[in-house]
Amino acid sequence: MKYISQVLYILLFSALGELLQAVIPLPVPAAIYGILLLLIALSTGLIKENAVADVSSFFLSAMPILFVAPVTKILQYWGLISPNLVAICVIMVVSTLVVFAVAGLVTKWYQKRKGDKENG
Amino acid sequence: MVDFLSSLSLFPLALTFSAFGIGLWCQKKTRFPLCNPILIGAALVIGVLMLLDYSPELYQEGTDSLSWFLTPATICLAVPLYQQLKILKKNLPAILTGVLAGSVAGLVVVFLLCKLFALDRQFTVTLLPKSITASIAMVLSEENGGIESLSGVVILITGILGNLLGSTLCKLLKLTDPISQGVALGTSAHLVGTSKATELSPLAGAVSTLALVVAGVFVSLIFPVICQLL
Repeated sequence: MKYISQVLYILLFSALGELLQAVIPLPVPAAIYGILLLLIALSTGLIKENAVADVSSFFLSAMPILFVAPVTKILQYWGLISPNLVAICVIMVVSTLVVFAVAGLVTKWYQKRKGDKENG
Repeated sequence: MVDFLSSLSLFPLALTFSAFGIGLWCQKKTRFPLCNPILIGAALVIGVLMLLDYSPELYQEGTDSLSWFLTPATICLAVPLYQQLKILKKNLPAILTGVLAGSVAGLVVVFLLCKLFALDRQFTVTLLPKSITASIAMVLSEENGGIESLSGVVILITGILGNLLGSTLCKLLKLTDPISQGVALGTSAHLVGTSKATELSPLAGAVSTLALVVAGVFVSLIFPVICQLL
C-alpha cells in the first residue's frame, strides 16, 4: 500500500510540473519544475523524505531503460544524418569530451584553490 | 511472422526490456565500459527491427507508454538533491563555475567544428544545444531554426557517450571527488550522464542533477543571442 501513495506523490508533482510548464511561457521542461517543487516540499517538511524514498530510488535505478527506444529513432532520421555522418560523429565525440574535461577539471581546480586558501 | 508480431501490441515493450536485459547481463559479465546496457539494448532493438522488417514507427508507438515515465522518473532526482543539500550549498561556487565553464566550452567547440565542416546554419543550430537536457534543447533548436527532432537524437547520443565513457574519463582526468564527477557528467551528458553519476555515488548524482539544471537554464538564456550572431 505504501508504494501506491508514493507513486501518487510523484505523479502529483509531475502534474504540477506540467501545469507550471503550461502556464509559464519559458522553454523549461515540466520535469525541471517538478524537481524544484518536490525539493521545496521536502525542504519545508511538507512531505517527509520516506513518503517518496522507495519509489524514487526504484524510478532512478530504472531510468536508463527509458532511453533505449528514443535512441532507435536514429533509424527514422538516417536520411538527414547520413550525408553529414562524419561531421556529426566528430562534433559529438569531441565536444562531449571537451565539455566533460573542462567542467570536471575547472570544478576540481576551484575546489583545490579554495582548499589551499583555507589551509594556508 | 512479422504480421503476427505486429499484431502483438506488447512486442515493442517486450523487445525493449529483453534487449536492455541482455545489455545489463553483458555489462555485468565483462565489466567493459563500452558494454553499456542502453547502447547494447538500442543496437539489439535496431538489429531485430531490421531483421524482421518491423516498422520503426510502430515500434515507437508501442514504447510510447515508457516515454511517459520519463517526467516522473526525472522528478525523483529531487530526493538525492534534497539529501545532499548541505554539501551542495557548501560547494555551490565550485559547481557553478564548473558548469558555466563547461557549457561555454561546449558551445564554442561545437560552433568551431560546424564552421570547420562547413555545415549550414540550420545544422549548426541543431547541434549547438547538444549537451543540455533534451526537452529544453529541442525547444531552443526549433525556435531558432534548427531541426527539432534531429536535435533530440543528437542530444540523446551525446548523453549515451557521456554515460558510456564517464567512468573511464573520470579515471583518465583523475576526477576522484564526487563533486567534479557530478559536474562533468551533468554538464556534458545531461540526464543520461546523471543516471551514470547516480550509479557512481548518491552525491555525484545530486551534483549532476544540479549541474544539468544550471546548464539548461544558462544555455537557454544565452542561446537566442548566439543564434543572432550566426
